Amino acid sequence: MSEKLGQLSFWLFFVGFNVTFFPMHLVGLRGMPRRVYTYPPNMGWTQLNQIESLGYILLFLSVCILLWNMFKSARSGAIAGPNPWNAGTLEWATTSPPPCYNFLHLPTVNGREAIWDAAPNQPVVVGLDEDARSFLTTRTLDAEPDGRDEFPSPSIWPFLAAVATSLAFIGSIFTPWGITIGAIPVAITMIAWFWPKRQPAERRRAREIWQSE
Amino acid sequence: MAERVDRAVLDVSKLPTVGFGMHSITWWGIMGMMAIEGMVFLLMIASYFYLHSRSVEWPPHRNPPDLFWGTLNLGLFLVSIIPNEWYRRRARKGDLRAVRLGLVILSLFGIANVVVRYFELWHLNTDWSIDAYGSAVWTLMGLHVLHLLTDLVDTLVLTTLFFTTLVEGKRFQDAEENAAYWYFVVGFWVPIYLVIYWAPRWLHA
Repeated sequence: MSEKLGQLSFWLFFVGFNVTFFPMHLVGLRGMPRRVYTYPPNMGWTQLNQIESLGYILLFLSVCILLWNMFKSARSGAIAGPNPWNAGTLEWATTSPPPCYNFLHLPTVNGREAIWDAAPNQPVVVGLDEDARSFLTTRTLDAEPDGRDEFPSPSIWPFLAAVATSLAFIGSIFTPWGITIGAIPVAITMIAWFWPKRQPAERRRAREIWQSE
Repeated sequence: MAERVDRAVLDVSKLPTVGFGMHSITWWGIMGMMAIEGMVFLLMIASYFYLHSRSVEWPPHRNPPDLFWGTLNLGLFLVSIIPNEWYRRRARKGDLRAVRLGLVILSLFGIANVVVRYFELWHLNTDWSIDAYGSAVWTLMGLHVLHLLTDLVDTLVLTTLFFTTLVEGKRFQDAEENAAYWYFVVGFWVPIYLVIYWAPRWLHA
């Protein structure tokens, strides 16, 4: 995006915003209520309101320039790299646009500014299951690796539970039985959601490592 | 995992997949749930006493709830702590037989608690919609019934699961956290029992 046009839209917006909104404080002090679009001509608010309208034109121009800047850059601008501002946090460490899995290997960090703090050969995490939605858990305060867990596989039951919950609450508008009777399908869908599938359960059991106490 | 990465690695393949307490993400979930629901109980207790402070007579024109069934339930709840703590500890060791037995015992306790609770509701000596006192008593009771039933269903489902071949480490975490939830149900019954059954008697004197 053009830096020049960006500067122009910034200043137009900055000035326009204050010209639009600051006089509102003054007309407010002079007794004008909020959110009225008309008032008698002899209230003494006219001039300030006209200045506000002028400020709004600046805002309008600023947004037009921004939109033009975006449109032009999308058609023929230079492509931004993965980290155009040399920023320090982890979201800039992946490619642009990011793949749906974000990182091929889970990165490790040394501090809040992960990219700036990275060692020359900063390690990546290996050893998570590749055939399940495995993830790493860490300790609460020092974020040291602590364990491995796994997200559940896709399932229709959360959706059905949401439908059952909606029905229970909609029913409760009309009768208190909406909650008591309506809780039964909610419980059934939640139990079905919780109930483990055989294959993943057996896979996990075959590989599980218990935390030593 | 036989994966080739040509750079420094942090190998986590030896980290545990089964952990208890702070090592379990569902433990954090259930603790958060207890924090929220505990606050709801506290707010309801506060509302009870607020409504009392605005009333001349408490309870208005009727007897306080009958003591027998509520006190019986308090006794049942307190005794259930013993098998509850026992199977909670055995769950952390992966003791299948103990957890099965513990869950069966706690299911029976839960059923007994619900049966006694049914009689309690008949002996509250007030309707829920008659005035502020009635609503306060029934809302407090209703909230506790809700958690009692939730934990009973939870326990029954887990008990069934523990007699299938689907048992794995994660289920022992569930058993341990189910026991923690039971402590919440028991623990809050003590103040709620005092408020519902004894506050009207003490405040009257």
